[in-house]
Amino acid sequence: MERPRLYLMRERTFSILPRSIGLAFLTPAVLFISIFLLFPLVWVIVISFTNTALTGPGAANPSFVGIANYAKLFIPTRWLRPGEFGNALRNTLLFVLGSAILGQVPLGLSIALAFHRRKGLLRELVFSAATIAWILPGVAVAFAWIAFLDRDFGTLNTILGFLGIPRIDWYFSYPLYAIIFFNIWRGTAFSMLLFSAALGNIPPSFWETADVLGASAWQRFRTIIFPLIRPSVFTALILVTLWTFNVFTPYLITGGGPLFRSETIPMYTYRIAFKFFEFGRGAAIAVLMMTINFVLATIYLFMQKRRRII
Amino acid sequence: MRRLWLIVLLGIVFGWSSAGVGESIKLTVTARAVRGGVNSALVQWLEDMVFPAFIQWMKEQGKDVQVEFIQFGGSDEALKQQYALDLKVGKGADILGFDGFWIPEFDAAGLVKPLDEIVGLQVWDWEGWAYIPQGMREILGYKGKVYGLPLGTDVRVIFYRRDIFEKAGIIPPGSGLRWQPRSWKELLDTARYIKKVLPDVIPLQINAGTEMGEATTMQGWFMVLLGTGIHMYDFESGKWYGEHPGILDALNFYKIVYVDEGLGDARLQLIPGARARTFEFFRDGKIAMLVEGDWFWRSVLAPGSEWAIPNRNEVVDWAMMPAKEPGAGYRGQNFVTISGGTGFILNPNTPYPNEAWALLSFAFSREMQLAFQSIQPRIRSRTDVPVVGDPVMSEMAKALLPYTTVRPMLPGYPQISYQAQLMTERVVSGLMTPEEAMAAYADALAELVGTENVIRKR
Repeated sequence: MERPRLYLMRERTFSILPRSIGLAFLTPAVLFISIFLLFPLVWVIVISFTNTALTGPGAANPSFVGIANYAKLFIPTRWLRPGEFGNALRNTLLFVLGSAILGQVPLGLSIALAFHRRKGLLRELVFSAATIAWILPGVAVAFAWIAFLDRDFGTLNTILGFLGIPRIDWYFSYPLYAIIFFNIWRGTAFSMLLFSAALGNIPPSFWETADVLGASAWQRFRTIIFPLIRPSVFTALILVTLWTFNVFTPYLITGGGPLFRSETIPMYTYRIAFKFFEFGRGAAIAVLMMTINFVLATIYLFMQKRRRII
Repeated sequence: MRRLWLIVLLGIVFGWSSAGVGESIKLTVTARAVRGGVNSALVQWLEDMVFPAFIQWMKEQGKDVQVEFIQFGGSDEALKQQYALDLKVGKGADILGFDGFWIPEFDAAGLVKPLDEIVGLQVWDWEGWAYIPQGMREILGYKGKVYGLPLGTDVRVIFYRRDIFEKAGIIPPGSGLRWQPRSWKELLDTARYIKKVLPDVIPLQINAGTEMGEATTMQGWFMVLLGTGIHMYDFESGKWYGEHPGILDALNFYKIVYVDEGLGDARLQLIPGARARTFEFFRDGKIAMLVEGDWFWRSVLAPGSEWAIPNRNEVVDWAMMPAKEPGAGYRGQNFVTISGGTGFILNPNTPYPNEAWALLSFAFSREMQLAFQSIQPRIRSRTDVPVVGDPVMSEMAKALLPYTTVRPMLPGYPQISYQAQLMTERVVSGLMTPEEAMAAYADALAELVGTENVIRKR
């Protein structure tokens, strides 16, 4: 009898394609990323150290200004003043905290939990409504929200008016709350769908065991649900934070005002770069923003990797 | 396969390059104007009068020309933004509706060029130059060069609702008497009286804040500041006023109106779309007095506009903006006003400079300007085109042109103008006291133009 042949599979060198063909397949992607991602990135960093502008004297002969663009963002006597960088940073942090961490993620989890292992019209209605809010185009949504919350002709104030409650000027008196509220409405669907899927992955036998043991709702949540969906909670928190940090749609509603009270960093960048045309200063803010995003993304990837090992 | 790619590639290359060859010439014109909306009469004039006549005229010369007007419905600031981005990448309509004070800033960046550089020296052969005086040429001019043709110039006044004034008992109904304050105190007292008698009416709106953009600087800040005896810029020394008792007086005027006595509604200055809202409120009789340019009369309130008042001539009247005290205004004047102007320039990137100039100069021929005058009478740039058909316009021009001044034509002006808007915003919102706002303004000025170019006189 023939001796069975021993196949030695060395994981490290195993590949479907020869190396050269693999590289050939990789080249277009690398080229694309270089041209459309790496080059602009380097370019933004370069012009953030110049006084490049689109109009005015800085436009014809841009010159190197060192870290002046960065330094200007942090002048201690005034950086928290409305319209300055610190003010935008503070608003952004409040916006992210309110709409992402305290808003979308817990709300998404609550909806997913409430409808877990349930079917029916109500579930379909809630899920559809949340998903539609998420996928509609930003401009249409912004317009709808202006029509909803406006003081003089807004739907909400008209309803409140019938109830005898005086008109409230949401966008003027509470601009930051208004856009936080808007963003929760806009983005909860992502967390909801993510948690809904995560809950669906919990083996039914766990529930049966819990039923047999007579576990209370809180015990189930603490001992079954939370440990099993913890990775999803983390994913939702990081991704939603990242998106919320960069979201621009609220600009279409409040324009960052009044008095810069709802101006977040993306709006501030837009104002400096595309309303004042100061590309150099705009680029400096963009670089700072990228750094913050980079840190968040790194934490996310790092935790993902660690999770896989566990 | 390889051949197919080659064919596709060649198709793209040649399809592109041949697009302009052998077809008729197509010219595009754009401006902030929408039929039935903002500057409706401009669209009406161009599309219904100028373009058909121009196409006919070209046909007679054996040229097949198409002309299209691209309507722009956004704000002036949004249009400027569009132009800067278009021009930077070598695009944009062939003829652009342009505000004169943008020229220095765009010129410094090399985005716009004088007419004779785009078309050639033959532009000076045009008959119309004989009728366009130097002052008018400077509206779209910079450093002695002419970049375009101005539609005309304007002045700024206080518009007031006669119906509200009659209801409040300030003007006896049917008397035909007119209201004219001679000092800030008289103006404020009128506002106070209206507030007392008609609490539902906003007595006085005078533009403030960054949302209103240049409308704040021109219709608001300058109109108050000039009444204290100074300008934003000292033309003699070439320096900017950063700190000055005049600035403080002007800011205190704002404070009285919006903060201390609530004679105006600060919210209306700060909300998105503030200017359109203000027009709406005035149209609906919710504002008694509004400081605006004559454009407000001849375009915003005019029949056919979004904010038209059908019986405009009966219910709307105007008064000159008084200085703080008689004789205390700019150059010792009793009354103050400031002028600017818009018009059309040629896009330096136009593939058809000659045809574009032909269209521009055709639109500014006496015949075409008279045609425009028939639908929107105003102060035109040609001396052979009088203001006809609107006694209010001609009266306003006659009364105020002697008092008028202009903005400094400097590339840095728009940024400084923004700082002035910000300064008023900080005061009317109660965020800063006039003293603090002025100090912040002076610091910002020093950063923009250098400490040596800022006048600090407390």
